[in-house]
Amino acid sequence: MLIFSFFTLLPFFWMVSTSLKKTKALTVLPIQWFPDEISFDGFVKIFDIFPFDKAIFNSIFISVLITFVTVMSASMAAYVFSKINFKGREVLFGIYIATMMIPANITMIPNYLTLKHLSLLNSYVGIMLPSLFNAFGTFMIRQYMRTIPDDFVEAAVLDGASQLRIFFKMILPLSKPAIATLTVITFMGAWNDYLWPLIVLTDKNKMTLPVGLSLLNGQHQSDYNMLMAGALISMIPILLIYTFAQRYFEQGLSVGGIKG
Amino acid sequence: MKKKARKRLVILMFLLPSICGFIFFQVFPIVYSFVLSLTDWDVLRKANFIGFENYKTIFASEEFWRVLRNTLYYIVLYIPLMIISSLSLAMLLNIKTRFTGVFRTIFYIPVLSSWVAAAMLWRWLLSPYYGPINSILGVFGLQGPSWLYDKVWAMPGIVLASVWKDMGFFGLIFLAGLQAIDPSYYEVASIDGAKRWQKFRFITLPLISPTMFFVLIMSIINSFQLFPQVMVMTRGGPHGSTQAMMERIYNYAFTYYKMGYATALSWILFCFILTVTLIQWKMQRKWVHYES
Repeated sequence: MLIFSFFTLLPFFWMVSTSLKKTKALTVLPIQWFPDEISFDGFVKIFDIFPFDKAIFNSIFISVLITFVTVMSASMAAYVFSKINFKGREVLFGIYIATMMIPANITMIPNYLTLKHLSLLNSYVGIMLPSLFNAFGTFMIRQYMRTIPDDFVEAAVLDGASQLRIFFKMILPLSKPAIATLTVITFMGAWNDYLWPLIVLTDKNKMTLPVGLSLLNGQHQSDYNMLMAGALISMIPILLIYTFAQRYFEQGLSVGGIKG
Repeated sequence: MKKKARKRLVILMFLLPSICGFIFFQVFPIVYSFVLSLTDWDVLRKANFIGFENYKTIFASEEFWRVLRNTLYYIVLYIPLMIISSLSLAMLLNIKTRFTGVFRTIFYIPVLSSWVAAAMLWRWLLSPYYGPINSILGVFGLQGPSWLYDKVWAMPGIVLASVWKDMGFFGLIFLAGLQAIDPSYYEVASIDGAKRWQKFRFITLPLISPTMFFVLIMSIINSFQLFPQVMVMTRGGPHGSTQAMMERIYNYAFTYYKMGYATALSWILFCFILTVTLIQWKMQRKWVHYES
């Protein structure tokens, strides 16, 4: 167990240690496990040569936006699919689920072209639009909402409550565990996503952390203290959220693993 | 009648965002992508319908077969290493101690970090002269390879990074499988004098075979879609030895703007994934034991 932990943590130790080194200490032999001289040059430099503060903001804003849109849209659809009967409901739901088979690499090129056509490249709205539809999320929340007794809804209808009121005041609060799970995995997926933002966001000021970091990785190949500082900063928020919502992460990731 | 119209309105209102996303960003792109794959569109000039010409060109190209060989090389190294390490990890985590919770968290850190950050870190770890991995090998008197700069060793370098990142994820999935095993099986086996290896071979392995099946399906699908590791660590090099399907699709579409060719590649990738998954599905009867 200790050996496993050692192998898992050693790379992270190296990441932290590198980020605190001076540039010239990177190419000293034998390598320094602990930096001789602690320096924050890497952290300063990354904000100097790249709008890294903007990237942090973009990552937070885009991830929150995508999460909000995904969860709202999926739970609204899930409500209809679990509680409101209409002709053709099951067929529609079946088609929804069937599209889970089609991987994102097929839809990404046409989706890019659509956004380009609408002049929505490099925009927050554009990057979020495909999240309106999330088959996995809809499925997961629907399964949970089915466990809420129909009597609850019927009683509320008899009391004269509107559907909107029922949805927001009763169904959403009752589905909290499923919604929390979808929220954390969507947030984490959006925070770490690379391919889709790489295609849509080409303006430096709009880039998220992974896209910005990969650009720096290509342009400043050997400035490892700066690169490691950036990588470290990009990991901190997700680790913080994990410590608070560990349960939902593990549940969600094991069901939604294929997306990982 | 009024009530019915109201109900329709409610249904429409609740489904609207999802349906819009479904039509414009799921159904339409699937159709559009297939149509594009039958053209020679390169963004600059008008598109011509060329039938299955793109598909023919792909199958006739040396590059495509190289990419496929690279992917197989990755799978052959990655799958056994990942299964062995995550299963051993799960078996260790299954022994309850006071620190199990801490360990679980430790192994989950790589899973939580983004692939871009992890791949950058591994590019540095595998640096031939100043990277710690070759330094450690040097302590044991071994001369480490040039890893990502070497045609043969670049892919194993990517595999190491992937195993490190995915071990905790699959480890926790295996752990869930192990915890579902009824402990009385082991007790009975102990009474019969079974050795540890025998217990593993005849109790643990068959009983976690459904989990193993799930892990195999998922990890092979992911292997075909290898992308950020390649983009960040090697950009497909050296000499195309780490080029992968997704990396090719990305470059054809967004570096060379050959949209027709790129979409044809994406459909071929889809067919590959589908076929491999179906074959695994058929074969599960042979080795996966479901408890009745």
